[in-house]
Amino acid sequence: MLSCLAFQALGVPAAASVLVHPARIAGALAVLFDQSSTSIFAPQAAPARSVYGLSLLVLGICAGIFLVVGGLLAYAVVRYRHRRGYSVREPAQIYGSNQIELSWTVIPILIVVVLFLASARVIFVNQSVPKPASTIDVTVIGHQYWWEYRYPKLGIVTANELHIPAVDPKHPVPAYLTLTSADSDHSFWVPRLAGKMDAIPNKTNTLWIDPQQPGLYLGQCAQYCGVQHAKMLLRVYVDTPQQFQAWVAAQQKTAVQDPAVAQGRAVFESNACANCHTVSGTSAHGVFGPDLSHVAGRDTIASGAVVNNTANLRAFISDPATLKPGALMPAMHLNDRDLDAVTKYLSTLR
Amino acid sequence: MATSTRVTGHIENPAAHHGALAALTDWVTTVDHKKIGILYMSSALVFLLVAGFEALLMRVQLMIPNAHYIEPETFNRLFTMHGTTMVFFAGMPMLFGFGNYLVPLMIGARDMAFPRLNAFSFWISFFGGVLLYFSYFAGSGLYGAGSAPDVGWFAYAPLTSRVFSPGHSTDYWTLSILLSGIGTIGTAVNIVATTLCMRCPGMKLSRMPLLVWLYLVVSALVFVTISPLTAAQIMLCLDRYLGAHFFDTQAGGSAVLWMHFFWVFGHPEVYILVLPAFAFANEIIPVFSRKAIFGYPAMVAASVGIGFISLSVWAHHMFTVGMGPGPNAFFTFATMVIAVPTGIKIFNWLATLWGGNIHFTVAMMFALGFLFQFLIAGLTGVMLASSPFDWQLGNSYFVVAHFHYVLVGAIVFMIFSAFYYWYPKMTGRMLSERLGKWHFWLFVIGFHLTFDFMHVPGLLGMPRRIYTYEADRGWAIWNMIVSSGAIFQAVATLLFAWNMVRSYFKGEIAGPDPWDAWTLEWATNSPPPSYNFAVTPTVESRRPLWDRKHPEEPDAQFE
Repeated sequence: MLSCLAFQALGVPAAASVLVHPARIAGALAVLFDQSSTSIFAPQAAPARSVYGLSLLVLGICAGIFLVVGGLLAYAVVRYRHRRGYSVREPAQIYGSNQIELSWTVIPILIVVVLFLASARVIFVNQSVPKPASTIDVTVIGHQYWWEYRYPKLGIVTANELHIPAVDPKHPVPAYLTLTSADSDHSFWVPRLAGKMDAIPNKTNTLWIDPQQPGLYLGQCAQYCGVQHAKMLLRVYVDTPQQFQAWVAAQQKTAVQDPAVAQGRAVFESNACANCHTVSGTSAHGVFGPDLSHVAGRDTIASGAVVNNTANLRAFISDPATLKPGALMPAMHLNDRDLDAVTKYLSTLR
Repeated sequence: MATSTRVTGHIENPAAHHGALAALTDWVTTVDHKKIGILYMSSALVFLLVAGFEALLMRVQLMIPNAHYIEPETFNRLFTMHGTTMVFFAGMPMLFGFGNYLVPLMIGARDMAFPRLNAFSFWISFFGGVLLYFSYFAGSGLYGAGSAPDVGWFAYAPLTSRVFSPGHSTDYWTLSILLSGIGTIGTAVNIVATTLCMRCPGMKLSRMPLLVWLYLVVSALVFVTISPLTAAQIMLCLDRYLGAHFFDTQAGGSAVLWMHFFWVFGHPEVYILVLPAFAFANEIIPVFSRKAIFGYPAMVAASVGIGFISLSVWAHHMFTVGMGPGPNAFFTFATMVIAVPTGIKIFNWLATLWGGNIHFTVAMMFALGFLFQFLIAGLTGVMLASSPFDWQLGNSYFVVAHFHYVLVGAIVFMIFSAFYYWYPKMTGRMLSERLGKWHFWLFVIGFHLTFDFMHVPGLLGMPRRIYTYEADRGWAIWNMIVSSGAIFQAVATLLFAWNMVRSYFKGEIAGPDPWDAWTLEWATNSPPPSYNFAVTPTVESRRPLWDRKHPEEPDAQFE
């Protein structure tokens, strides 16, 4: 809007100002960026939406400034270029003008004040909201190179695939995420839901999201955290209330104990697996790696790096580095029989 | 430099002028500010080529999704070395090289205030860079093969602790920056002392060339900002070897503390790099517009203003660490305010062009490229200053595109411009304008292919510092374009290097004042004798050579 006003004030024809009208920009951007599942211009929750609105204002003002100043610059370069036959005398020497200096000091200050006030509003809208008592509370713990999700109110511990219920537009209660880290710095960034928030050891940060549209939202770690920073992907499943209830019920159960795969379970419990992973209802209580109690219910393994199927699972257990070099889990050096057994066991843990 | 050594023969040991060994001795032991300046620039050019090659490797890897040409660890080393090298061993030495060469000449002095400190500063910085690269052979100490640091150029805690960085690669990083910092402070002391104490008669502060003013501001910034960086490096060493727990989060230390230490250096550092680029623009744009700089006092005020404000904006690198709404709002405001003095500079350059007689030499073409690109870089900077927008864009490829617009689009363009402008003074020969135009256009095409399109994957959610990326995110086409631009830039840079070498032997003879310019360095021979001026000049205005060439309308009456 401001850029339009500025254009009209400068006497630029209306057609030019329509070109930079925020709605038009929004339309053009939407077409250009809809291809991506992680575009910041396709917000699906209030925090991302408020940033999107602000970004259009900021982009509009900046585009206006660019057109005016860049235009003047281009004009000066063309108009005052050296031409053949220019008289040998130097051009008139002009040393400055206090009035002009004052004007191009005051106008930018006014623009800065406008941009600051618009930004401050969005800062406080996002970061000064008290936590509603009925929220879904999730503790997000960044690890090298995977995500741990704890739901203290529901007694659930899971990894890499965050489930939250879609928000009812009539009674919007956002989900609250409390972020921290077990090792190095990480950052939680799902662009269509909210801006990023860092997960830092010895510090807790909060972030809230209120998506209404069920679906899968992607993102990834946005703070360099070590060798495999690139494959520390984020998957947020926004479920319908029914789906979410079903998911919670499944997660709250003790891990499946299928006698058909008892051999695999024995391999799991008698090898180093149990030192780092937990499977509820067994002797495996490790907390260094992801909780595997319901690992077969996930779509992906290795923090979204690969699809969760038998072949990938087997390859990952055999040597994680083949799928995710730098992963902290060591190659297990199991023989083929044990490998098959433990793969089969984990595949039953729905 | 054959001619300059001959001229200086009667001052230095005459026996030192026979053969390659003698020439080497001459360069290694020199305390002449011009030779030290050239040493600074040459070593910076070598590091620039090395770090540029590292960038090229990264762009090859990122050209397509899920590529596996480069191992993740190798990639992490590449971006760490690229960033560290460009900032500490290419950028700053290049700019200090020009400062060393130009400041004494422009104020009519015969050398820097402390010539030996000057030599010491160069060599310690240079060996800092050598030490950094030695880590490729020795980074893991006695066990295993060597490895370079892989903690990123801002080396966030706790990745630098011994738990996460065993071996010595991080120590090489720490120590090389410590050494570079000592050299940087030495040169800053020298520039401040030289500008304050050694100006020729008549050169009041209000008549000092703007380039010298800016180097004064840069040097003051160096004092304030290198100190916390050095302190942080020492604290990190204590953490790693004496069990201190400043940044050791496993023992209750603070990761955020490191961020504050680093960015209270790191952001003013951007201005340490960009103010010299402004300094070159302040000299080159007026000469090729054939007009005096518009608004000299405003330009000085804006430069000093930028210096002060730049000290209060560091935490805009930390908008996503959870500082809370109050600090986020404060640093948003402080960062946006810096756009005001920066804007004043752009407007004054524009007003200098206005009504001028613009000569499109290669130096001027690069300077005009700088103006357009710095305008865009400034505007994306305003976007990032708005902290909510930064929550989305911070640490994404949008940021990478933004700061490369500043570092390449503004700073490297002005460094090229400065070479085309002052190379004749330094060597006595002109750089080829024909090769220069090829260099310019190839570089402009490459620059815009790479860095314009690099903004887009950031807007589409692509974080920086990832060695590969998923195919289904819509990033692939943009990365392909970005990588293709890198090839143009590489070819253009090689053309430039060839031009530098070829022109040294075959370039047109320059004469003392090839550009019909106005500041004192053009009042002496090209290259200048080691004593610079046979007779100390006396000045009566900001443009002493203008006064000499136009006695009918000298500057003094208008200042």
